[in-house]
Amino acid sequence: MSAGTAQHARRAPAKGSRSRPGPAVPAGRRSGKGPRRGTWTPWLYLAPALVVLGGLLVYPIYQLGLISFLEYTQAQVSGGEPTTFQGFANYAELFGDGEFWNVVVATLLFAAVCVVSTLAVGCALAVLLTRVRAVPRLALMLAALGAWATPAITGSTVWVFLFDPDFGPVNKVLVWLGLSGFENYSWTYDRYSAFALVLFEVVWCSFPFVMVTVYAGIRAIPTEVLEAAALDGASTWRIWRTIMAPMLRPILVVVTIQSIIWDFKVFTQIYVMTDGGGIARQNMVLNVYAYQKAFASSQYSLGSAIGVVMLLILLAVTLVYLRLLRRQGEEL
Amino acid sequence: MSHSRVSLRIRRPWRFAAEATALIVAAVVAFPLYWMVLSAFKPEGEIQSTEPRPWTTAPSLDSFRRVFQQEDFGRYFLNSLFVAGVVVVASALIAFLAATAVARFTFRFRTTLLIMFLVAQMVPIEALTIPMFFLMRDLGESVPGVGLNTLGSLILPHIAFSLPFAIWMLRGFVKAVPEALEEAAYLDGASRSRFLWQILFPLVFPGLVATSVFSFISAWNDFLFAKSFIISATENSTLPMALLVFFKAEGNDWGGIMAASTVMTIPVLIFFVLVQRRLVSGLGGAVKD
Repeated sequence: MSAGTAQHARRAPAKGSRSRPGPAVPAGRRSGKGPRRGTWTPWLYLAPALVVLGGLLVYPIYQLGLISFLEYTQAQVSGGEPTTFQGFANYAELFGDGEFWNVVVATLLFAAVCVVSTLAVGCALAVLLTRVRAVPRLALMLAALGAWATPAITGSTVWVFLFDPDFGPVNKVLVWLGLSGFENYSWTYDRYSAFALVLFEVVWCSFPFVMVTVYAGIRAIPTEVLEAAALDGASTWRIWRTIMAPMLRPILVVVTIQSIIWDFKVFTQIYVMTDGGGIARQNMVLNVYAYQKAFASSQYSLGSAIGVVMLLILLAVTLVYLRLLRRQGEEL
Repeated sequence: MSHSRVSLRIRRPWRFAAEATALIVAAVVAFPLYWMVLSAFKPEGEIQSTEPRPWTTAPSLDSFRRVFQQEDFGRYFLNSLFVAGVVVVASALIAFLAATAVARFTFRFRTTLLIMFLVAQMVPIEALTIPMFFLMRDLGESVPGVGLNTLGSLILPHIAFSLPFAIWMLRGFVKAVPEALEEAAYLDGASRSRFLWQILFPLVFPGLVATSVFSFISAWNDFLFAKSFIISATENSTLPMALLVFFKAEGNDWGGIMAASTVMTIPVLIFFVLVQRRLVSGLGGAVKD
């Protein structure tokens, strides 16, 4: 997209922000050029970040890979037995386990449903926000900010309570609406209703990010363009398809990828709401599965192998993301 | 506002329908938080009632009393605040320096580094719990204060995990400061560090605030590390652990859970309300850059 719209978009939601650049200055354009003495200066500035990231991100990733190739159980942790190199034995054990594949499928499906629902709700409400006056808009914005700000753990406890079979209001309302099957219905007992319960919470706490971002994106589209199109007799659908959709594409890419990454990694919600993975482990997702393997049954090498699988899947998503960014000609 | 001009074109019945929908959705979205606070104030009998009502006639502080009388609850709260505070300040300063480097300098590997920062955001923090656990154990043997069972073991990983996103987001704010300003400062004889701390830093500060929301939330909400790294030293536990105490096998103490949840949610809500405008503008910047 052109630098002009990028400028506009950055400025539009920033009313009153002191960092606002003057309109005549093409900020960002010339950065990186100009006199630069001392090539070591940027590295000096980068040093603290690189030390922290190297020690606490890169090194643990290396360790994760390493442990996944070792025999590493409680005996090795306490130093009772030496660690031995296992090659791909841990992975073979993992891939030969039917439960692992069930968990992979459940994780992918659950993440997909979460992403689609979050995006649908977030985008629909963003469009709705542009159609209403200030008071309803403020009400919806505040409610969404509240949901956004709620910590995952408290959000989980509240939603479990709302759907509690004995004391929760949701089942009462459903019964009152005539769905008598929900009388004392336990949402966490059945596999799919337990996943649905977690889905509601995940959508509730993650749609605000999508809504606020997409809304900012729509607001950033110059009104003159839309008005000109409307004056020329373009239909709403045509305006959406030829003007708004292309301009919103970069933002939609960002929120989609972010949602994929967040929803693929859901941990707290599953752990708290289904009590560590559900009855008979029916609500396991990869993250919880890895955690349980490592810290509940001390199979650290298997847990690490699951972690590596997750890393690889997310790396693939990231590569797609980078390609999409490159195709849009984003300047890094 | 240019915005209202567009909405004027929408026919009136449709706008009323849209506004009614917006208000209903707002009520539904806000309901869980309302129910949380309401249940925290309900007396014991009303919470454990099979006829839940969306109001209470006899608000009581009993649940809060149980939460605060819990041994060490105040300490857990301060621990959470301390961890989040250190993470926010440290990651903001480190990210500010790094963002300046990538936004205002050209050097070899700059693009590579940027891509690395982007990729680093995708790393699932949970997948690294296992190596992190061993790292903290080993660190604790040589450096007391960051090993397992210490608050340092919660602070360090969160600084690392919030950095990539903070750098990526701050980059947009640093880039938005006009280059001419920098040249003028140097012409006036300002040193590089003077420009950095006395000119650039105040200008980028709103961006730092927006960024800090994310590091604050990730540190404050942390559940996994608190659960895995603080094993025996319960005096170093954080709030999520204090909340889980009320989940009991013989029946959950919902009043206590809701009161503790309220106590844990309110600081984040306050933080959010304080910075929400900067948050939205910051997201605009991060998304577009």
